[in-house]
Amino acid sequence: MIEVEGLTKRYGATAVVDDVSLRLPEGRLTAVIGPNGAGKSTLLSMIARLMKPDTGRIRVAGLDVASTAGEVLARRLSILRQENHITARLTVGDLVAFGRFPHSGGRPGPEDARHVAEALAALDLAPFRDRFLDELSGGQRQRAFVAMTLAQDADCMLFDEPLASLDIRHAISMMELLRDLCRNKGKTVVLVLHDINIAANFADGVVAMKDGRIEAVGDTGEVMTGERLSRLYGLPISVERNGGSCIVNYFRSRD
Amino acid sequence: MEQGAETRAVAGGRLWLAAGGLLLLALASLFVGVADVTPSALLDPQTRAATLEALTASRLPRTAALILTGSSLAVAGMIMQMLARNRFVEPSTAGTIEAASFGMLMMLIFFPGAPVILKMTGSAAAALVGTAFFVYLIRRIPAHSPLLVPLAGIMLGAIIGSVTAFIAYRANLLQSLGAWRNGDFSLVISGRYEMLWLTLAFTLAAYLFADRFTIAALGADISRNLGLDYEKALAVGLAIVAAVSAIVVTTVGSIPFLGLVVPNLVSLAVGDNQRRALPWVALTGALLVLSCDMAGRLIVYPYEIPVGTVFGVVGGLVFLFLLLRRPARAS
Repeated sequence: MIEVEGLTKRYGATAVVDDVSLRLPEGRLTAVIGPNGAGKSTLLSMIARLMKPDTGRIRVAGLDVASTAGEVLARRLSILRQENHITARLTVGDLVAFGRFPHSGGRPGPEDARHVAEALAALDLAPFRDRFLDELSGGQRQRAFVAMTLAQDADCMLFDEPLASLDIRHAISMMELLRDLCRNKGKTVVLVLHDINIAANFADGVVAMKDGRIEAVGDTGEVMTGERLSRLYGLPISVERNGGSCIVNYFRSRD
Repeated sequence: MEQGAETRAVAGGRLWLAAGGLLLLALASLFVGVADVTPSALLDPQTRAATLEALTASRLPRTAALILTGSSLAVAGMIMQMLARNRFVEPSTAGTIEAASFGMLMMLIFFPGAPVILKMTGSAAAALVGTAFFVYLIRRIPAHSPLLVPLAGIMLGAIIGSVTAFIAYRANLLQSLGAWRNGDFSLVISGRYEMLWLTLAFTLAAYLFADRFTIAALGADISRNLGLDYEKALAVGLAIVAAVSAIVVTTVGSIPFLGLVVPNLVSLAVGDNQRRALPWVALTGALLVLSCDMAGRLIVYPYEIPVGTVFGVVGGLVFLFLLLRRPARAS
């Protein structure tokens, strides 16, 4: 459970996140969507205590983010940011093992080894375990970072654009993996997504943001309507439902 | 998992092999020099006393000093590269050495009668302030210009260095200043180097923090996400670097670029996971400095070339090789 109350972040005169209140229940996969500069990443960064809000309160799993000790929070909440430039030369196995640091404190036991092995397998990375990150492709590297976050095994997992640089197959399998974590392990997963088709087909709930404010929040079916999306992105968009899947079409204007 | 354990065992074996090599080299180092110290002279009852004297008063201290300096300076360089997240940083490209020299000069001028340990503490404090200011500077440099980082450090060092030189000139202490900047082990004798053993404590402390330094190298955001107190890891790392720099500068003098070359070599071979890399960095640093000093003792025998000069040539070549071998990915 993530509770956000009256959250504001300003840079000079502009409010990047403007008085946002939000309540994301447990065991659900929530997509945060919206145009560039809507404040999605800033919102995520503040929830994960990477950035201090100007005003507002955040509670994650009942813990106040501003006042809870870092190592305690790290077992309940994790974030993976969009850009992860690393100078240090680490192997995939090393990186994923560091995800266990909040639990092991540097002395990994069998439980930690199991989590690392599971995370590597879940992201198709077992054969790359001993490869250095700088020897991988962008997509493989991205998967390694997601595997690190999985190994961290927090109750609430935040991801900023986790599908960036992934091919379709890996994007879909990562979404299935994350949905699985919500369904079967009761994790709360929040993703910033640019691909609204992925959001429409995988998310349980959607938070639509624009200009630092929340435009709409609710179940995916409610929020993802042609009218709402058109207004959100300033582009004619239609939503077509076809059996179990949902296609967000933003090419109509080109006809 | 099985395979991981196996590769770890092999890597551990190699480490012991390298440690054995260092031990052999250290033994050889005991018998290289002008005074006639040989195993047979040690056994001959007529020459034993004098030989033993030369061994304990000069050769053993010198060898120990070389190993301690080489390993601690290399480790300090590695810590700096991890914390600054830049491959071109080390104590001599971050203003640390110059700040340590400045601190020592101040102690010599204002507290000439203070015990050595107090002078060193003053020097370390200055080194800490200088390096902390360097970190403050580079946090304001855009992350995408990796070469600006060592440039800023070298400029900072040059400014502190000129102020120090000016004051040293006025105080007639220019000669000491030269000695601090360029390592020379020819004057190391028993009673004049023991402070260097303190660097061993700091090197071991660095190993205790190995995981934290590696995580810090992943950046402030990932560190915070993993619950690491990033600022504390930074502070501990900088304190270790400052202390090691001050001790080395004031006892035998710095060896420029050692902390640059060794971590880059080790990174290429075993990566940057500090738990694995730090023992290699310490060993390689010791091996390099020891062999450069022995070469310096032998090339113009019976005269000597200071280790800093020999290492300047060797290290320069190695660094050039590293630069050409792999594009500078220091972002």
